[in-house]
Order: sequence, then structure tokens, then C-alpha cells
Amino acid sequence: MRFTKDHEWVTLEGDVATVGITAYAAEQLGDVVFVEVPEAGKAVKAGDNLAVVESVKAASDIYAPVTGEVIEGNTGLGDAPETVNDQPEKAGWFAKIKIADQAEYEALMDRAAYEDFLQSL
Amino acid sequence: MSDANLKTTPLNAAHIAAGARMVPFAGYSMPVQYKDGVMKEHLWTRENAGLFDVSHMGQARLRGVSPLSAFEEVTPGDFIGLKPGKQRYSVLLNKKGGIIDDLMAARPDDDGLFVVVNGACKDNDFKIIDDELAGQVRIDRLEDRALLALQGPKAAAVLADHAPEAATMVFMDARSITAFGTDAIISRTGYTGEDGYEISIPASEAERVWNTLLADDRVKPIGLGARDSLRLEAGLPLYGHDVDETVSPVEADLAFAVSKKRREARDFPGAARISKELAEGASRKRVGLTVLEGAPAREGAEIADEAGNVVGVITSGGFSPSLGKPIAMGFVPPALAVAGTKLKVIVRGKPQSAEVTAMPFVPHRYVRKI
Repeated sequence: MRFTKDHEWVTLEGDVATVGITAYAAEQLGDVVFVEVPEAGKAVKAGDNLAVVESVKAASDIYAPVTGEVIEGNTGLGDAPETVNDQPEKAGWFAKIKIADQAEYEALMDRAAYEDFLQSL
Repeated sequence: MSDANLKTTPLNAAHIAAGARMVPFAGYSMPVQYKDGVMKEHLWTRENAGLFDVSHMGQARLRGVSPLSAFEEVTPGDFIGLKPGKQRYSVLLNKKGGIIDDLMAARPDDDGLFVVVNGACKDNDFKIIDDELAGQVRIDRLEDRALLALQGPKAAAVLADHAPEAATMVFMDARSITAFGTDAIISRTGYTGEDGYEISIPASEAERVWNTLLADDRVKPIGLGARDSLRLEAGLPLYGHDVDETVSPVEADLAFAVSKKRREARDFPGAARISKELAEGASRKRVGLTVLEGAPAREGAEIADEAGNVVGVITSGGFSPSLGKPIAMGFVPPALAVAGTKLKVIVRGKPQSAEVTAMPFVPHRYVRKI
């Protein structure tokens, strides 16, 4: 699993990256009440808006950590947005992206580097 | 997180010790939430008692020869008719009938008029009152006092343990009494729609009183996040968002703040516009909206009619923890302001179904009789 400074996590199986937000991010957001996930077929560049997650108080953009084509959004979050709080790094994933360049994934932080980053906040 | 330019309330250390997330608000570092988070804090307040630090708000005494009649020069309220021990909601008006701020003014004792205004507006408000009423009365700011709000169905039972007299008060009563062993100004009011009190105490006593109340199992500290979602459910406007200097009391659905006596006398700032709007209706009206599908519609989202024409804008909105769905307030033309009217709210470019809904969204539980 790799991580971004925007508190997203990414796992890679073959050329398919699964993206979600970290437990830290989910805790910071508070109770998630609505999630908007991308539809399959959407092309995204690293840094583009990928999804929107809403708490009682605010809407937060989730950015694509890698470039590629969305092959699936986690539509199950529509009826169960609280999954993002309950299982942020598992069932609470947002989208699967078929990536173009594996080097983008490799360049992200590993867990040790992300933990160091959290300590620095 | 820490900003040297931000002021702090007398309860700053207590908030940090309680695990609050502090954010800048109205020039102060304020707790937006504690460890439980907005959702749980909101629901706790609806079921038990929530304790809020609102010491950023502006407290003052209006003192002088005739503070009640003087205050009528800057507001549309009947303050000459305000009885001792009572409090009134009012608005500070500009010459065009726009709302400079909304406020509470009370006669808790014989010491002039006790006024509480919004924190973000207080410097401007008090300067305007001082300037407009110069020579008659003066504003004495009570910078050495903290303000707490205790809100929820268990608030009265909790406070009765420390201030038995508070239990004899009804909604919009205000009294200067000894409570918690100090001089307190207590009013039975609040900003959540629940029964509850606002408690003004000397800043030096604030932390002790705060901790005394929190020692009660029925009480938890509640941040500004839940304060906002609670007042939204209660249909209460938030100054600077739902109301500003361009908005009249009629447009804001606050016409109740324009008293009968003053309507007849037409002797308040902006009376020409407000009288006309009272007679003929305003061109826009603040309404409640229930969002029937999709994401919460927040401040700035456009409101459209069913044909897709933009007819208004959301001024505050979010997710209602009590109702489990998104709700909002916004302005629409009066023809569309009728409860049940189907509209659209545009969120991130997508139209979503919404319906005009009578406010409050969650019934008020004020104690008007005991």
C-alpha cells in the first residue's frame, strides 16, 4: 500500500490501482454522510478531482493519486457512506483506476514514510 | 492551528485539554468539535444536555438616561415595552432596512439593557450603537465576562442543581442571580431549538463553572460544528450567511422582530422599505429546503425551478443528523416560497430534487409555561 500527502491510500494489483482515504483522514473528516464516486470510463490525471466526501459540516475533494482510467467506482458507498469511517482502508475504497504508468505508484510514500509524514503534522 | 493573531476565550485551555479541534472563528480560536465529533455531539444535545462556549459573542450594557427608548432608534423592536426580567430577539438595522446584526437584548436587572451580539460583528455593532445614540446612552462592553450555553432536554434539570431559581424561568426570561457562587446573568434561551440557558459569568470563574457543569454525566462539551447543524435544524438564521446588510427582516422571515407598535409608528431605520415589504411582500424570502436526493446543498449552491431557471441561492446547508438527510436554507421569490414547492438545487453542476419545507425542520422545545 502507498500513500499521498493528501491522505489517500493506493494498492496495486497488476495494472489496477484501488484508491481510498486513510484512517487518519477518515478520523479528521468525522462522520461521512455522503460520497460521490466517479463513473467507469472517466479519465483522470494525478491531482484531478476523483471523488467528493461529505461530513455533516463540509465537502472535501478527493484527488486522483495516479493517472489512468476509472474502471469502477464504489457505488456501495451511496447507501452506506459510513463505511468510509468504519473500514477506510478496506471496504471504504472509492475507485479502481487502470493506471498508465506504474512508476507513478512506486513514487508514492510507503507506510513508514507516511507515518513519518503524519508525525510531522 | 495556532495563530498569534487569534484571540482566545477564557476556556481555551479547557477546550484543548478536552481534545477539541480548534479553528479560527470570528477572530477567535474556537472548538469546532471535541473527540466525539459533530454527529454525536449534535445528537447528544437533542437527547441530553450540551455545553457550549460562546464567549466570543459580544456582551454589553447599554446605560444612560433612557436606554430602552434609545435602543428603539437602531432596532424595530418594542423595547419601551420590554418588562423587567424579559429578553427580546431583535435586529440592528441600517438606513436601508438591511440587517447589520441580529441580537438579544434583556432586562435581567435594573442596570440598563443587557445586549448580546454576534462575535464577528461586535466591534462594528457597538461602534454603531455608540455613534447613533451618542449623548443619550453609552455602550459598556463586558470584556471580562464569559458566556456559556447549556442546551437540551436535560439542561433545566442540570442547571437547577446549581441555580434553583433558573427552574422558575420560562423561555425568554432573563435574570441576574447568584449561581455557582458568582454573579450570573441567566436567560432561558439558546440557538439550538431546544430548551436551555445562556449563562454569563465573570471570565475568572468560567473554567470552574465549565468544569462543574461537565462533571455532570448528563452534560458533554459541544463544538461550533454541532452548534451550526443544531441551529440549521431549528430554522434559525446565521448572520453573515443567511442574513447580511442587504437583507431586510421581511426577506429573512424575521418580521416578528418588527413589533406591532413600531409598524404603526414607522419610526425605525429603513422603515420605508420594511413597511412596503410588510404590506406588499418582499421580492425574495428565506425558506427551508429539504434535499430529496444526492449530496448536501451548501452555501452558494444555486436554486432552480423545475424548468431549470435559476431562482435563488442556498445560504446555508448541510446534513441534518436528527433527520438523516440534507437540509438547507436559501432565498427564493415569494411565489416559490410555499411549503411543498418542488425545486432543484445545483450541486457541483448537477440538479438535485428539493422541496420547500416549513421551518423549523426539527420542532422547537422551548419551555413557555411552567
